Amino acid sequence: MPSALPDGEPMPEDGALPGHALAGAAGRPLGFYLHVPYCATRCGYCDFNTYTASELRGSGGALASRDNYADTVAAEIRLAREVLGADPRPVETVFVGGGTPTLLPAADLGRMLAAVREEFGLAPDAEITTEANPESVDPRYLAELREAGFNRISFGMQSARQHVLKILDRTHTPGRPEACVAEARAAGFDHVNLDLIYGTPGETDDDWRASLDAAIGAGPDHVSAYALIVEEGTQLARRIRRGEVPMTDDDVHADRYLIAEERFTAAGFHWYEVSNWATSAAGRCRHNELYWTGADWWGAGPGAHSHVGGVRWWNAKHPGAYAQALAEGRSPGAGREILADEDRRVERILLELRLADGCPLDLLAPAGARAAARALADGLLEPGPYDRGRAVLTLRGRLLADAVVRDLVD
Amino acid sequence: MPATPTNVPEPSRTDPALLRNFCIIAHIDHGKSTLADRMLQLTGVVDQRQMRAQYLDRMDIERERGITIKSQAVRLPWAPSEGEEKSGTTHILNMIDTPGHVDFTYEVSRSLAACEGCILLVDAAQGIEAQTLANLYLAMENDLTIIPVLNKIDLPAAQPEKFAAELANLVGCDPADVLKVSAKTGVGVPELLNKVVREVPAPVGVKDAPARAMIFDSVYDAYRGVVTYVKVVDGTLRKRERIRMMSTGAAHELLEIGTNSPEMKSADGLSVGEVGYLITGVKDVRQSKVGDTITQLSNGATEALGGYKDPKPMVFSGLYPLDGSDYPELREALDKLQLNDAALVYEPETSAALGFGFRVGFLGLLHLEVIRERLEREFGLDLIATAPNVVYRVDMEDGAEHIVTNPSEFPTGKIDQVHEPVVRGTILAPSEFIGAIMELCQNRRGALLGMDYLSEDRVEIRYTLPLAEVVFDFFDQLKSKTRGYASLDYEPTGEQTSDLVKVDILLHGDKVDAFSAITHKDKAYAYGVRLVAKLRELIPRQNFEVPIQAAIGSRVIARETVRAIRKDVLAKCYGGDISRKRKLLEKQKEGKKRMKMVGSVEVPQEAFIAVLSSDSDGDSKAKK
Repeated sequence: MPSALPDGEPMPEDGALPGHALAGAAGRPLGFYLHVPYCATRCGYCDFNTYTASELRGSGGALASRDNYADTVAAEIRLAREVLGADPRPVETVFVGGGTPTLLPAADLGRMLAAVREEFGLAPDAEITTEANPESVDPRYLAELREAGFNRISFGMQSARQHVLKILDRTHTPGRPEACVAEARAAGFDHVNLDLIYGTPGETDDDWRASLDAAIGAGPDHVSAYALIVEEGTQLARRIRRGEVPMTDDDVHADRYLIAEERFTAAGFHWYEVSNWATSAAGRCRHNELYWTGADWWGAGPGAHSHVGGVRWWNAKHPGAYAQALAEGRSPGAGREILADEDRRVERILLELRLADGCPLDLLAPAGARAAARALADGLLEPGPYDRGRAVLTLRGRLLADAVVRDLVD
Repeated sequence: MPATPTNVPEPSRTDPALLRNFCIIAHIDHGKSTLADRMLQLTGVVDQRQMRAQYLDRMDIERERGITIKSQAVRLPWAPSEGEEKSGTTHILNMIDTPGHVDFTYEVSRSLAACEGCILLVDAAQGIEAQTLANLYLAMENDLTIIPVLNKIDLPAAQPEKFAAELANLVGCDPADVLKVSAKTGVGVPELLNKVVREVPAPVGVKDAPARAMIFDSVYDAYRGVVTYVKVVDGTLRKRERIRMMSTGAAHELLEIGTNSPEMKSADGLSVGEVGYLITGVKDVRQSKVGDTITQLSNGATEALGGYKDPKPMVFSGLYPLDGSDYPELREALDKLQLNDAALVYEPETSAALGFGFRVGFLGLLHLEVIRERLEREFGLDLIATAPNVVYRVDMEDGAEHIVTNPSEFPTGKIDQVHEPVVRGTILAPSEFIGAIMELCQNRRGALLGMDYLSEDRVEIRYTLPLAEVVFDFFDQLKSKTRGYASLDYEPTGEQTSDLVKVDILLHGDKVDAFSAITHKDKAYAYGVRLVAKLRELIPRQNFEVPIQAAIGSRVIARETVRAIRKDVLAKCYGGDISRKRKLLEKQKEGKKRMKMVGSVEVPQEAFIAVLSSDSDGDSKAKK
């Protein structure tokens, strides 16, 4: 998650939610996101809320330490239990992200998961994912994760090319992520994802094809492919500004996206969200689908965002401030926003339009509906679903999704 | 310092032989206001305690209060302290203010017509500037007695000998006759006042004739209505008299008449040769026009004084509110400014690209800038101004004639001749820049009229130039080519026929009226190429390819293409991104509101401003 927090109203000390947030909760799935804000090194392109050991030294004290981090997160999960009160829902998905979760011992990740299980219970078919760095796992570690209850794993592969990995400051060697997939399969993971990045300065179309082929060849059932976003304040942004590396053109991003779509389709993957492809419906990431369909999730950890019934809130960003709040029995929430009906309508359009299932046309106001008809005429929406009352982006439409959203929310 | 004069003659009872009407011609910053301050002090009309720097120059106060309280003519009593037979007799000196700029030549000429003499005030470190020279020529044409004066002789950089020679050369006197003063310290100012008494002739008029008073300024005051400044040429005007404006025949009652010293002071009347103000209760300066003659309603004069002209706008620009809903405010603001500006004309205009606005006529570029700045600063309006253009007269082959004040209205069809206004431009500069100046003027279709050396290393260069060429950054170019040393003045001298064409800009096939321009045929191609290239940079990529074309009639002379945008999607949208993404969307929608739809193309307001504004660097070069 990008590290800048939005503006919002203050969070109550006990983290209590307005009454309406829990209305109708039984009909919505509930998930947990657990954030691990540690990395061995800071990658030049990354602006996520994560810290290296040296970045934390002296700024957070013992509270920000990763040794007892699992306990701190467990404390927030207990707070979640109090806030959600008698909510009877078991948890459908858990997703551990970072940072680098696998920088912690597998047992720590297990303890965090156990806290969720103890307080809320897990649904029988719950999807339990962790992100992992290719160079920080081995078969024993993977076995421990399986043992703890994880059944899905996501590796940050990014590229199959050494020179691309170097620009991204990724330390693993080419080939290692593919090996990880095999090791994960061997350890018994049902679902394996590889993350790819395209449009890195210096990457060619052929480099990208090689990365796609390597990823597909490794046999994951899910791939996420992201255009590199050069975020302000990152090392990479500074290097581009100084002219040390070239900025990638949007047209190049468009070309790479089309290459990806072509390779994935040929290999039997289907897009189900703008940047996500899976081999089957079962291979989709159910946790991420919670985000896109207005479900409830609790994000635990520094800077993590949560959403319950139209209330969005976010935690204090720094691990020290986060842990301090929990140690004092306060909610670590730094701010929140209570969505108005119109906000929720706009969010539904902007999120659902990114999905292969699209968004219902009856969600649109008259001006938005007219814009949808124009988008259909311009070849940005699929005619078949449109006739059935849904706005679904064409391949060209996916590349212009934000422009279509701007018109449809009118 | 001399003693305060005694036996000061009263208005309406002053012997014309004791009157001296004069003005000060000076370039901005050459010290006119400071000199006026010293005169106020020396003549005792403002005492030491009230004295503040630049008493007469109250623009800041005006701005703060939003009212106009200028002192257009100040009555100063002065008893010469030296020589001469009239030494010791209190004279009345009327110091008449002149607007300082090129755009207001007509107003200047009326102010000068109210005087018998003028002080030519020149900075001893700078020498004479083009506008000063132009006003000096005006003064000479009005047969005024010229008193050349060098100011700032206390400055280390002063070169009094050099510039005294220059002035003597211009005025036709001995360099020794050029007075040297320091308005700042007061050195030489009493001598200057003495010289005014000695050399400026007394006004000559017919005392017993029907009154004829010439209006030389007319100012709107929020509290008092229009204050009209006059010089009584013949006869006497008395308070509560019924008067008549001779150009319109309109009758008014003289509610108040008086003089300024420097505050307004009412009197019984104004008599032959005297200068003062009058108030009739009219609310609009167009009812009391500069140059008009006032006489009594009954038994008044039958023949007006010469020299009256209606102000004629020379430069037009479309003014549009950035936010279309500000249109009523813009209208109200223009109405208010017009109360005090008889030369300001405007009419509603609709642009397909810019919406509702006004086509506004100005005396010149400075006038345009002043009005635009006042609209923005005093009335808080955000405006888009189209590139300034001049007035064209187009003769069609079928004998019809069109007057074109907006390039987009340039007629199509068979054109016989196009007439454009021309000016006589006078440029003063150090002689080392002659080449650069001539090159610039030739580029701007100028025809050399003549060149004279004012001194060894300063020249006066005169050109006939199309006004259209002058209104596009000519002055900026002149300054940059002469490192700021050149000064420019111009005056309209008529019109010429030229090979002019209209260049249209088409976005995605739709003509954008705001970008249409009339240029010389030889320059049309360069204009088209530059504007099209500029627009290509400024127009964001759309979902479709947007051709940008420049065309003369149906012939395309330049083309660029804004390629279709192919990617406009954020790669990641997960739990922590949603609030940020929704807020970004709200911001983008605000941005969309600032887009103007030109046909199907979204054009940011900034693009209009960047292409049309004449004051930003680089941009202005795009539309020469």
